[in-house]
Amino acid sequence: MNETLHLLVVDDEVGMRLSVERALRHYSVHLPDIQNDIDFRVSQAESGEAALALIDADTPDLILLDYKLPGMSGLDVLTALQERKLDLLVVMITAYASLETAVQATKIGAFDFLAKPFTPEELRATVQKITKHCMIQREASKLAEERRQIRFEFLSVLAHELKSPLAAVQGNLFILRDHLAGDTIQDYDHLVNRSIIRLEGMKKLIFDLLDLTRIESGQKKRVLTDIDVCGAAHQSIETHRALAAEKRVTITFEGPETLLMKADAGELEMIFNNLISNAVKYNKNGGAVTVAIQELGPTLSIAVRDTGIGMTQAEVSKLFAEFTRIKNKKTMNILGSGLGLSILKRVSYLYGGQVQVASEPDQGTTFTVTLQKEPLPSTAGSEPTTTVV
Amino acid sequence: MTTKKKILIVEDDLDQLDHLAMILKADGYEVISAQGQTEGEEAILTAIPDLAILDLMMENTDSGFVLCHQIKHLYPDTPVILLTAVRSETGIDFSSKSKTAASWIKADVLLDKPIRPEQLRVEVRRLMA
Repeated sequence: MNETLHLLVVDDEVGMRLSVERALRHYSVHLPDIQNDIDFRVSQAESGEAALALIDADTPDLILLDYKLPGMSGLDVLTALQERKLDLLVVMITAYASLETAVQATKIGAFDFLAKPFTPEELRATVQKITKHCMIQREASKLAEERRQIRFEFLSVLAHELKSPLAAVQGNLFILRDHLAGDTIQDYDHLVNRSIIRLEGMKKLIFDLLDLTRIESGQKKRVLTDIDVCGAAHQSIETHRALAAEKRVTITFEGPETLLMKADAGELEMIFNNLISNAVKYNKNGGAVTVAIQELGPTLSIAVRDTGIGMTQAEVSKLFAEFTRIKNKKTMNILGSGLGLSILKRVSYLYGGQVQVASEPDQGTTFTVTLQKEPLPSTAGSEPTTTVV
Repeated sequence: MTTKKKILIVEDDLDQLDHLAMILKADGYEVISAQGQTEGEEAILTAIPDLAILDLMMENTDSGFVLCHQIKHLYPDTPVILLTAVRSETGIDFSSKSKTAASWIKADVLLDKPIRPEQLRVEVRRLMA
């Protein structure tokens, strides 16, 4: 793809302006990083005043600015430009570049210097340099803007998710205050129970959010030791027995007696807790959960199968987005923060891992997490991947 | 005997849906509850509501707007209340009183969440009068 940058040359000598235009007429800069060829459209101004008028009408990307001009000097133009806060780079052209003027010009925004007289090659080298800088700078600010946007979206959704339970509980209190549900205290049991559930949900969201923040920031101290994955699985299964019993869901384990890997105990617990609590929560009454662990050379796989409500392909594809909760009739009474799978994905990533999902509506879902038994201590490597099967 | 006036409530938060229903039932209205845009669309085909109360942000950000538009298209005389938490979350202000907003938002009233019962009653009574 080709892009054209607008370059303005400001010089009182017409010969100088024409030679710049000639030197850049068929010249283009190739930037492999952004896969772009950049060529130039050159416009001219013979004085500082004319330059500013032109800049206001059609802002250039790059300016070659003579230091010594009749009327406004190059430095005056630089000062005027600084007030305008434009996205452009200025190269000063000067016959006698004293250190003092260089320092002064740099202070008020000149990016580089070109000493007069210069050859077309010297000019092109300078133009290439500032073009590169200009494009990198723009790319960086575009990325920063995208990051700000993502952050804003995350925060607005978070605010929404935190306010919904508050609105629900507040609503319940209004009903209680106005005695709208009936005359006996039992008439209000449901409202009180729902309030407790919503506050539990909010608490879970806050804890999950803290987990996620710690993983993201790298602030959480990781201690990698030899851990028996099967033991960790059994421990998490026991933690979820009570929840499972409420829905008469059975949890069984398939795998070797022991299987060692280098891991942080807390992180491994997060993986199992997220997988098993999902498999129980999204199961049917009387359903089954199977936790299967398998050694596969340098990696191991943890597969958690449920016989639950399952998901459609469309629902699966939305699954890993932050705060995604599959909302339908089957899930409306299930408590969740919408952050569990984000946490699962990020933790797995620390172990060079992958998360796979296979699901069938009304049949059940299987989440398979593959982890390196000897993970690199750093998080270097590819981005976390998820595969929809 | 006069038949009860029907109010359609569409809100994806089950608890908040229950509250609105409870408040309005206590005031003697018949309440049709729906939990999202699709359910709301089904509901307006089987019964003509005398008033509709819609949450603005449900599963899709525009579902409240879309449903509002459909109701006004089918039943131009049915007043619509839109419930929103948008103002405090995004700082975007579109009160139905401003002229530009009124031209594209078809709702009669915009109420900020959380909704106080007394505030809801005042607006419902005013619109049904």
